[in-house]
Amino acid sequence: MHRYDKENDEVVSQEEACVGCHRCVTLCPTNALTVHKNQLQFKSHGNWTDWAIRNIYKQAETGGVLLTGMGNDRPYPIYWDHLLLNASQVTNPSIDPLREPMELRTYLGRKPERLELDLGREVLSLKENIPPQLKLETPILFSAMSYGAISYNACEALARAAEILGIYYNTGEGGLHPNLYKYGKNTIVQVASGRFGVHKEYLDVAAAIEIKIGQGAKPGIGGHLPGEKVTDEISKTRMIPKGTDALSPAPQHDIYSIEDLRMLIFALKEATRYRKPVSVKIAAVHNSAAIASGIVRAGADIIAIDGFRGGTGAAPMVIRDNVGIPIEFALASIDQRLRDEGIRHQASIVVAGGFRNSADIFKAIALGADAVYIGTAALIAMGCHMCQKCYTGKCNWGIATQDPYLTKRLNPDIAVERLVNLINAWSHEIKEMLGGMGINAIESLRGNRLALRGIGLTDTELNILGVLPAGR
Amino acid sequence: MNLKQGWFEKDISGCSISGFICEDGKRVSGETIIRSIALMNERSNGLGGGFAGYGIYPEMKELYAFHLMFEDNQAKEETEKILNESLIIDLQEKIPTQRTKGIHHPPILMRYFGKVDEGRLFDMEISEEDYIIQTVMKINSSVKGAYVFSSGKNMGAFKAVGYPHEVGRFYRLEEYEGYIWIAHGRFPTNTPGWWGGAHPFTLLDFAVVHNGEISSYGINKRYLEMFGYKCTLMTDTEVMAYLFDLLLRRHHLPIEIACMALAPPTWREIDHRDGEMELAKAIRIVYGSALVNGPFAILLAHSKGLIGLNDRLKLRPLVAARKDNTLYIASEESGIREICPFPDKVWAPKAGEPVMGWLKGEERCEFELSRTRISDREKSQSVHPVSSMC
Repeated sequence: MHRYDKENDEVVSQEEACVGCHRCVTLCPTNALTVHKNQLQFKSHGNWTDWAIRNIYKQAETGGVLLTGMGNDRPYPIYWDHLLLNASQVTNPSIDPLREPMELRTYLGRKPERLELDLGREVLSLKENIPPQLKLETPILFSAMSYGAISYNACEALARAAEILGIYYNTGEGGLHPNLYKYGKNTIVQVASGRFGVHKEYLDVAAAIEIKIGQGAKPGIGGHLPGEKVTDEISKTRMIPKGTDALSPAPQHDIYSIEDLRMLIFALKEATRYRKPVSVKIAAVHNSAAIASGIVRAGADIIAIDGFRGGTGAAPMVIRDNVGIPIEFALASIDQRLRDEGIRHQASIVVAGGFRNSADIFKAIALGADAVYIGTAALIAMGCHMCQKCYTGKCNWGIATQDPYLTKRLNPDIAVERLVNLINAWSHEIKEMLGGMGINAIESLRGNRLALRGIGLTDTELNILGVLPAGR
Repeated sequence: MNLKQGWFEKDISGCSISGFICEDGKRVSGETIIRSIALMNERSNGLGGGFAGYGIYPEMKELYAFHLMFEDNQAKEETEKILNESLIIDLQEKIPTQRTKGIHHPPILMRYFGKVDEGRLFDMEISEEDYIIQTVMKINSSVKGAYVFSSGKNMGAFKAVGYPHEVGRFYRLEEYEGYIWIAHGRFPTNTPGWWGGAHPFTLLDFAVVHNGEISSYGINKRYLEMFGYKCTLMTDTEVMAYLFDLLLRRHHLPIEIACMALAPPTWREIDHRDGEMELAKAIRIVYGSALVNGPFAILLAHSKGLIGLNDRLKLRPLVAARKDNTLYIASEESGIREICPFPDKVWAPKAGEPVMGWLKGEERCEFELSRTRISDREKSQSVHPVSSMC
């Protein structure tokens, strides 16, 4: 990118290679550098934008599928920005979170419809124990990101931050490096279509297991970790030969139907003696509500839904930009469907896909989510600058790469601190918003759609979201 | 105004509440409760008052007593059709009233005493109580201009737009005698004066008067809808009545546990007493959507008892007192001293900890945990005198 030309005694930049990662800007000791959008433009055209033209050039040159990283970057509506929150005035007091308890603790897992008590005994006790639950000190989890898609240092930082915060991180389909077993009680391990790294210890050490059916960035598409990223350590962790491509098939080849899913859910529950909740992750697609209902009835304790803004290490651009639906709609319709069918308590709902701040999370919980997965936001906290080049394996910030020259740029100690800061900051903000509403426990926000009002939405959109328009 | 609207309009109100139970079953004239609630007039604004009395129909105690209001004769006819189809009505009559200053434009007020045809229950495979609830829900949600004030046995609710003492006089409550009385004076800020919107809210034997605003209404309502309850009224207090019905009658939880679900201890408290509070933890996990958030003080009456409960932060006033066999609970101590000048003790119940009085002598109430065994929380409930004993 930048090169020092000795002969002319000047720094030469190869501007067309700039991806906008800001590495040079951040590290420049004299603050001399800045990055602007390249001024060279085609003649302006409403249909044939620069983006459309350049993509055609690329494909005409290579004959290949366009790849990209991160989540859908097209200007689709962001419904979070069309929802407004309520606050208490006069008739019910707002609560000051600095003075009063403000509770964010959340339990994920299957709940019985009712408690049955044993009234006969000396000490009042439960007739049956509650099914296994994940305890979260704040309703946020780190989303599935595999060792392979991200570096070892990034995985370690997520694991350590989850432990400090009393939350969970998710291994994705990358297996679990033995060094990270000690964070097992804060780890959700994934079982995905390639079954990479799935073995007895992997399941035993985890707090919960997630079956990955789909991903918001690429619904219906599998995964591909190129051989050059399969280093010694990754080869051992994923249990594949070094240097071979790790191909995750599009479907799980033992799940061609909902009854097959049920068999896998219960196989995993049997294998772990019903001590761990089993989650099923799907991408938000057109008939998510019916699918979610089937998943709950198939025995999942948690359903994770990933909206079309969800990130990825690599995906075909055409899929990322055109497949799936907004998480806001998927969440609203799934929560309502499960309630209509009287099975909402049977599974917790965790949503993912482009959550940018505490307000997005707050609104998701009001719509009906139990908790929120954040992936991209966690990467940004660690230093990601959203250049969307994760698929190249050349992440300049040492996050989405396996190149030792680059991975050493991510200091896990600093990354942990920044992740913990972010989640703590968001938790403080959630408490402020809760207190403003006069609510002191997150369960009173969960599914409380009267806390929301829509702005600039059509009747149909309001109807799907189940919220009133502002002013009513 | 469409009262049967699907969308809820928030009932914002400040209020006074008062109630007492004679645990020995002694029946007391309604005059007493009128005096208590009248003293706290400052807490209401003349837009609603109401009462519920238990033991008021001793000669009809085996029959369901339906108190109803109709906005017009058509509503009355339609409702009577439903009632006659659903129940065997033994007696129907106007609820006795008298012209009272401050009470205007009363609707048609009727009471019906009836029983359920058992053959019908058998055919429908439904319990008698669920059948009555179904009938009430049907009238409330399908007949325009009709509303069921109460539907329990040997009890009744009386409510109107006006100051509570005017409402009491209007219904001639001094002519009734009951062993439990509860009363409510309302201070709504935005809901129109509608007789049905006054407290108490009732379902079967349960009656609730409530001072507060439920900030968690949105989720409490959706939770209840999963169990078939329809929140049709323009007030959030109705969810209180339904939550108690769900937890006590349908889930068979003791009253202490139901109160713990509505106003649970904090996680810090639960963690601090690790192991002892497994039950509280389970309640929070399973009944999170039943947690009633926001300020409230409520009185829940039932044919066998009276319970007072505050929200988990005690954001609304509630004072309790005992004298001999009577338990008094009210928004203000003055409301108690007006009818019991020298109680044996007076205290301010702690946030989230229920105060309970039970009718003695008869068999143990099904919702009662135990008369002797006290739950963990009860033990820790200390008595806080707010004034010296007299």
